[in-house]
Amino acid sequence: MDLLLPKFNYILYVVLMMTGLWGMIAKPNLIKKIIGMAIFQTSLILFFISTSVKRGATIPILEHHSEPESHAHVVSVGDQLGDAVHSVATVAQHAVDPAHYMNPLPHVLMLTAIVVGVGTLGVALALAQLVYKQYGTLEEEDIISQIEADASQEDES
Amino acid sequence: MNHEWVMQSGWISQLPALVVIIPFFMAFIVALVGWSHEDRAIFLTEIGLLLSFLASIGCLFVVVEHGPVSYRMAGWAPPMGIEYRVDFLNALVLVVITSCSLISVFFSKAIVQRDFRTRKEHFYTLYLLLVTGLLGITITHDAFNLYVLVEISALTSYALIAMGRGRAAFSAFQYVMIGTIGACFYLIGVGYLYVKTGTLNMSDLQLLIADLHDSRAIKSAFVFIMLGTWIKMGLFPLHGWLPNAYSDAKDSASCLIAPLMTKVSVYIMLRLMLTVFTPSYVFSNAIAGELVLALAVVAIVVGSLKALKQTSLKRMLTYIIVAEVGYMVGGAWTATASGLTGVMYHIISDAAMTLCMFMAVAVISFKRGRDTFDVLPGLYKRMPLTMAAFTVGAFSLIGIPPTCGFFSKWYLLSGAIDAHAWHYMAALIFSSLVNAVLFFRIIEKAFIEPVHAAGAEATVIEMDEAPLRMTLPLVFVAISLIAIGVCTNYIVRAVIQYAIPEGVG
Amino acid sequence: MNKLALIVVFFVGGLLVYVAGDFPDWGDPTSPASTHVGRYYLENSIRDTHVPNVVTSVLADYRGFDTMFETGVVFIAGIAVLALLRRTVVQRREEGELASHHLEAPQSGVVVRTASRIMIPFMQLYALYVIGHGHHSPGGGFQGGVILGASLILHALAYDLRATNKLFSEKRVLVLGAVGVMLYSGIGLFCMLLGGNFLDFSVLHAVLPATDEVMARSHGMLGVEIGVGLTVMAIMYSLYLDLASHGHLDEGL
Repeated sequence: MDLLLPKFNYILYVVLMMTGLWGMIAKPNLIKKIIGMAIFQTSLILFFISTSVKRGATIPILEHHSEPESHAHVVSVGDQLGDAVHSVATVAQHAVDPAHYMNPLPHVLMLTAIVVGVGTLGVALALAQLVYKQYGTLEEEDIISQIEADASQEDES
Repeated sequence: MNHEWVMQSGWISQLPALVVIIPFFMAFIVALVGWSHEDRAIFLTEIGLLLSFLASIGCLFVVVEHGPVSYRMAGWAPPMGIEYRVDFLNALVLVVITSCSLISVFFSKAIVQRDFRTRKEHFYTLYLLLVTGLLGITITHDAFNLYVLVEISALTSYALIAMGRGRAAFSAFQYVMIGTIGACFYLIGVGYLYVKTGTLNMSDLQLLIADLHDSRAIKSAFVFIMLGTWIKMGLFPLHGWLPNAYSDAKDSASCLIAPLMTKVSVYIMLRLMLTVFTPSYVFSNAIAGELVLALAVVAIVVGSLKALKQTSLKRMLTYIIVAEVGYMVGGAWTATASGLTGVMYHIISDAAMTLCMFMAVAVISFKRGRDTFDVLPGLYKRMPLTMAAFTVGAFSLIGIPPTCGFFSKWYLLSGAIDAHAWHYMAALIFSSLVNAVLFFRIIEKAFIEPVHAAGAEATVIEMDEAPLRMTLPLVFVAISLIAIGVCTNYIVRAVIQYAIPEGVG
Repeated sequence: MNKLALIVVFFVGGLLVYVAGDFPDWGDPTSPASTHVGRYYLENSIRDTHVPNVVTSVLADYRGFDTMFETGVVFIAGIAVLALLRRTVVQRREEGELASHHLEAPQSGVVVRTASRIMIPFMQLYALYVIGHGHHSPGGGFQGGVILGASLILHALAYDLRATNKLFSEKRVLVLGAVGVMLYSGIGLFCMLLGGNFLDFSVLHAVLPATDEVMARSHGMLGVEIGVGLTVMAIMYSLYLDLASHGHLDEGL
C-alpha cells in the first residue's frame, strides 16, 4: 500500500474508467451507454492531466519580462548562463526553470481528446435519436427483438 | 536503410503533406460549394482525390528512388513537432488508399444519385474526410496524431454507416460504442508510453523503449495498443460489430469503408509492432505469440464458417473480411520475414479484392434491387461484364493464380511453414477451400440454374448491364487484380523487402 | 452477459492497477514525461514563438497540425449530426410526418428573456477576449468558440429556435463552420506557397508588416485560433440546433 500511495492518481482513474466501461457494455439503455462512454473518455483525460503535475508548480504560462525595468534581475541571470549570442534582455526571458511550471504537453493532448469526446458524444446522441424514432424504445433488448422479428418476417415473405 | 532523405526544397518536398492536405481542404470546398451547386460536389471530390492520388504516386517514386522521406510539420524538428514519414512500409499503402477511394467515388456516382436525392454534398464531405483520416493514419509518424486521425476516420465512418438502410442506425450505434473503446484503449497505450518516455514521436519512442524492455508499463502499453487495433479491425472475438456495420451501410459507403478500414487498422498494428516496439521485443514472448496465432486461426475458421451460412452476398463478404483479418494478424505473428511480406502484400491485394467484390455486389444490387442469392440465376447472361469481374475477384479470394490472392496466400503459407505454425497453415488452406465452395456455389447458381419467373414457363434473358461508368471501374479493378499478381515479384523486390526490419528470421 | 461484462471490467481494471506501481510518483518533477519534450517547450516557447502561454504555443504551433484535425473533428461532428437528423419540410411531407410543434414551444418568461439579452453581449465580448488573449492567459480558440456558441444557445433557450434562426441562419452556421477550418488550413497552405513547410508560420514575416520570424509565428497562431473559434462556435450551436429539434428545423434550407 505504501508503494501505491504516491501513485494514487494511476488507480483513481482506473476506478472511473471501469465505471464507464461497465456502463458501456452492461447497461441495456442506450442513453446510459452514452453516459458510460462519456465517463470512460473523461477518465482518460484525468489520467493524462495527472501526469502533467509537478509538485509546487504553477500553470504553464511563463512570466514575461520584456520591459527594461527588470534589468537588474536580467544581468545576474545572463552572467550565470554566459550566453554570448543573445542580448542580455533576451537571455532573461529564456531563463525559465521548468520545475516551476507544469508540463504543457498533456494539457494540449487532452484539449484534443476533449474535442474528440464532444464530437463522439454528439454523433452518439444523434444516433440514439434516430434509433428511438425507428423503434420507439431505447432499451437494447427491445430493439434487438424487434430487429429479429423484422428479419423473420422477411424470411417468410 | 536507416539513413533518411530529408528533402531540401522545391514542390516535391511538400508531397507528403499534400497527400493529406488536399482531400482535407477539398472537403470544406465541397461543403461550401455543394450547398448551392449540389452536382458540382462529385466533380470537386474527384479532383481532390485525383490530386491526392498523384501526390501519393510521387511519394512512392521518391521513396523507391531515395529511401524514406521525412517531413516536418510547421518546420519543427521531431520529437518537438509532428513528423510525417513515408517509408517502404507505408508508401504502397498510401497509393492503395488513394487509388481505391478514387475508383470507388468514380464508380458510385449513380448509386449516390439514387440513394441521396438531396444533400449529396454531406456524403461527399464525409467521404473526403474519411479518406483524409485513413491517409493521415498511414503517413504519420506521431503516436498521438495517429489517435486524432483514427478518430476522424471513425467519426466519419459512423456517420456514413448510419446513413444506410434498415437497422443501420442501431448498427452504427454499436459501432460507436466498440470503436470508442478501441480508440481509448489505444490512447491508454500511448499515454503509458508517454509517461515512461516523455515523447510521442515513433522513432524517438523506439530509441527510448529500447532501455525499458523489462518495464511492466511498456508491456501493458503494448497490450492495450494491440487490443485497441484488434477491436478496430474486428479480430475474433472482437468482431461482433463488423458484419452488421458493413452490410447495413449503403453500397456507396461500404465500397470505401470495407476495403480500407480494416486494412489500415492492420497497418497501424504493423507500424507499432515493427517501428515502435521493434520485432525483437514483440516476438520475445513466445507464449503471447502462440496465443495471438491461435486467435488468428479461430478468426479464420469462424469467419469462413459464418460466411458459409449467409444468404446475401454483401453479408457473406463481411464475414470473409473477418477471416481475412485473421490471415493478416496470423501472418504478422508468425514472426518470419515471409509472413510479414505476406501481410504487407496482403494489405494491398486484399484491399483490391474486397473493393472488386463489393463493387460487383453493389452493381448487382443496383440493377436487381437486392443482393440475396435468389437474384443470382441467369446473372451471367444478364450482366456478363459484372459477373466476369465478380469471378476474377472470387478466384482471387480463393487464391487461384495468377490473381494476387494466390501470391499473398503463398507468402503467408511459407511464413507459416517457416514458423512451424501448422495450425495456421491448416486454417489458411481450410479457408481457401471454404471460399472455393462458397464461390463455386454462387457461380454455379448464376451460370447454370434456370430462371423461375412467376407464371411464365421459359423466360428469355436479355442482357441488362449496368452503365459504363459503373462497369468500367469494376473491370479495371478486376484487371488490376491480375496485374498486381503478375507484378508480385517487382512489388516485393522494389518495396516490401526493405520494409522488413532487420533481425526477423 | 452481465457476468461476462463484470469479468472484463475487473480483468482490465486489474491489469491497469497492476501496472500503476511502475509509474513515477504523482507530482514528480523528474519524471520522463516532465523532462523530455515537455521541458523543451517550457524553455524555448518564448524564444521560438514569443508566446508566454506554453499551452497555446504547443497547441497552435509545435503541434498545430493535431489542432487542425481537431477542428476538423468538430466540423465532422456537426456535418454528421446534420446529415443524420436533418429533415427538410419537403422530406418530412413525403415521409408523412406532421409539421413539428417543437418550434412553437412557448417562449420563456419576460425576466429570463430580458436577462439573457443583457448577458449575451457581455458573453460574446468575453469570448472575443478569450480568443484574442489566448497567447498570454488561459484561453484560445476552443474556449472562446465554446463561449460564443453558448451565447447563441442561451438566446435559443430564452426565446426559441426560430427567433435565433432568424438572427443566425442554418446556412450561415455551416458556412462559418467550414470557413473556420479553411482559414486554419488555408494559412497552412499559404505558408507552403511562401516556401515553408505546412503551417510553418515563420515564413509569414515576408507578408506581415513589421514582424520578424518569431513574431510571425505569434501572429500566425492568432490567425488559426480565430479559425478554430469560428468553427467551434458554429458547430456547437449547430449540434444543439439539430439535437434539440430532432432535425425538424424548417428555416434556412
